[in-house]
Amino acid sequence: MDPLWMFVLLASLSVFVIKLLGYLLPQKLLEGPAISRVAGLVTVALLASLVASQTLGEGSGIGIDARIPAVALAGGLLWLRTPFIVVIIAAAAVAALLRLLGWMP
Amino acid sequence: MTHHDIDHIRQARSQAISVASAVSLYGLSFGALSVISGFSVWQTMVLSLFMFSGASQFAFVGVLAGGALAAGWAAVASAGLLGVRNGIYSLRMSPIVGPGWLKRLVAAQLTVDESTAVGSGQPSLVGNKTGFWWTAILLYVGWNAMTLVGALLGDVLGDVRTWGLDAAAAAAFLGLLWPRLNRGEPIAVGLGAGVLTLLLVPVVPAGVPIVIVAAVTILVALHRHRVSPERPPREEVS
Repeated sequence: MDPLWMFVLLASLSVFVIKLLGYLLPQKLLEGPAISRVAGLVTVALLASLVASQTLGEGSGIGIDARIPAVALAGGLLWLRTPFIVVIIAAAAVAALLRLLGWMP
Repeated sequence: MTHHDIDHIRQARSQAISVASAVSLYGLSFGALSVISGFSVWQTMVLSLFMFSGASQFAFVGVLAGGALAAGWAAVASAGLLGVRNGIYSLRMSPIVGPGWLKRLVAAQLTVDESTAVGSGQPSLVGNKTGFWWTAILLYVGWNAMTLVGALLGDVLGDVRTWGLDAAAAAAFLGLLWPRLNRGEPIAVGLGAGVLTLLLVPVVPAGVPIVIVAAVTILVALHRHRVSPERPPREEVS
């Protein structure tokens, strides 16, 4: 089997099983302040890690390019409560424009 | 059925429609990013149909795009860890969904941030049920339709960087993170995780930093819980 397909199916199955567990397990077993707190903070940490690596990561190093002003603009727009889809399009447009003009790689 | 019930159903339905239609549009960016990251249109659709959890899907394609197949296990782990909160949502929605194994199986697949937020935020049980199911079904249909459109567009677009889609991916993660930064603790954890990731990226293989960040966060969160065990306010689901 193509390994990429294997990973796609494995990841999909694991995400589904986690959702299902909440309906199968007795509520008292998992519903504790500790688990809620850990799950909430892990979600925040993973998303923050992805923001950092997708903004500055380049191969196996750090790269400074048009993604930085684009993500900074996205942060500003989110602060102003701009709808998600507008934020994404604005970020893409800024990065594309800076590259088109040759101002940033 | 009382007048209150009818009001509650109407209110839950209109919330469901506005949330589902707004959020479905993210599917467009997911579809395009996934195809441009090297996944086929079919693989992209399988992710939206079967994984059906925005943050996990973005993480999965993001981590695999960065490190090719070597990052496969890290991508699976990232998707799974980001899915853990859905398990907590399932616990919360379980009494609202009620008995019946087929209904619970379908509900499980549709339990995500949005269906939980609308489904738990209503003033009565009938409102909760309406909010959950309407949001869940509309979002599932909309998310998958938009993913398909995005995937087909992505096939045409070609190079990620020319169109700024690499920046769009980073902005998408920031957009998913933003509503969770509502208190001091998540803000501190988010900053710490970002800094740790940047320190790790140059020294460990692609995909590994996020797994280390998750492990460190679990240890820190458990420690914090022992030191100050007060129950945090119910987290805001967006």
